[in-house]
Amino acid sequence: MSGAEDLPLWAALPVAALLIAGAALGLIGSIGLVRLRDFYERVHAPTLATTLGIGFILLASMLHFSVLQSRPVLHELLITAFVVITTPVTLMVLARAALTRDRREGEPNVPPAGTGRQP
Amino acid sequence: MTRLLPYPVAAAAMLLAWLLLIGSAGPGAVLLGLLFAAGGAWLLAVLGVPPGRLRRVAAASRLLGIVLVEVFRSNNAVARIILARRDARERRSGFVRVRLEMRSQYGLAALACILTATPGTVWVDYDARDGTMLLHVLDLIDEEEWVRIIKDRWERRLMEIFE
Amino acid sequence: MSAAILGAAVFAAQVMLAAAMGCAALRLAWGPRAQDRVLALDTLYVNAAMLLLVFGIRSGSTHYFEAALIIALLGFVATAALAKFLMRGEVIEQ
Repeated sequence: MSGAEDLPLWAALPVAALLIAGAALGLIGSIGLVRLRDFYERVHAPTLATTLGIGFILLASMLHFSVLQSRPVLHELLITAFVVITTPVTLMVLARAALTRDRREGEPNVPPAGTGRQP
Repeated sequence: MTRLLPYPVAAAAMLLAWLLLIGSAGPGAVLLGLLFAAGGAWLLAVLGVPPGRLRRVAAASRLLGIVLVEVFRSNNAVARIILARRDARERRSGFVRVRLEMRSQYGLAALACILTATPGTVWVDYDARDGTMLLHVLDLIDEEEWVRIIKDRWERRLMEIFE
Repeated sequence: MSAAILGAAVFAAQVMLAAAMGCAALRLAWGPRAQDRVLALDTLYVNAAMLLLVFGIRSGSTHYFEAALIIALLGFVATAALAKFLMRGEVIEQ
């Protein structure tokens, strides 16, 4: 724990709380990955980790290093922006791939392709 | 301005990302960042990315606030669903097809990202011929309700911003 | 005082994230289908990035940030490529 002794208590408390909250959300998301029943339900589980989970941990990291180095350390924002932009893309692509495969195999529980009808 | 530097917003974002990565705003870093940003914007121009127009910055920032609140709320809801006892209550998940009026590509992309980023809903597919999108909802109580949420909460606001 | 609080929080976070990675690994091993495995791999990447950030706070060094950024980047590229591969249907389901 290098440097942690220098961290004042008013900063240590929110950093600790944010760390635990973020890690807990990551854990809940992964538990959902195990517990939920089928693939389309499981797609929802990791969004917990990739929205607030990693967001809380990045906030904790920003606060920790900004207070320790007494200057704003903001490069965590890069990971935030990157994760916020890429997670929806991967999940969408993955869900579409799963849907395409299920349709091809004639899975009965997935909706058919769009009819292309004009309203 | 756009002839000299195409995609000014994207170029500014690239410069900002570069400065964050380097961790300084000294003259050398800014100069190199400007060079990279100009190169990136030029690359976008070569690739022929259609320029997006972001109107109403105030409306966009208000939307961002709503998204943030919604992310908090649905994180809580999905965490409860995951941790709930399996037989605690009957929960149904399923697909919803929603007919959209929005045709702006950037608006649709923003809607897809918002819906997928909020836990509990995943954008699955979009059919450009009839303008419907397919959504998977983890806790599907009432399909009409979801159609209304998407129309009123997101589509109307996004159309304000992008169209 | 603050070191003790932070130490306990970092330890708890590391344990939880390790457990999360265990859950994702379990799904990766179970499947049952290829898309489940890809989803589990994506979750594993995100959890690994979070764990690296916690390591960074523990060691007081910002170098872990770069590692976390690279893991996040790699995770995105890998998942997108694998999903694309699944979509084209060149993987035959066992």
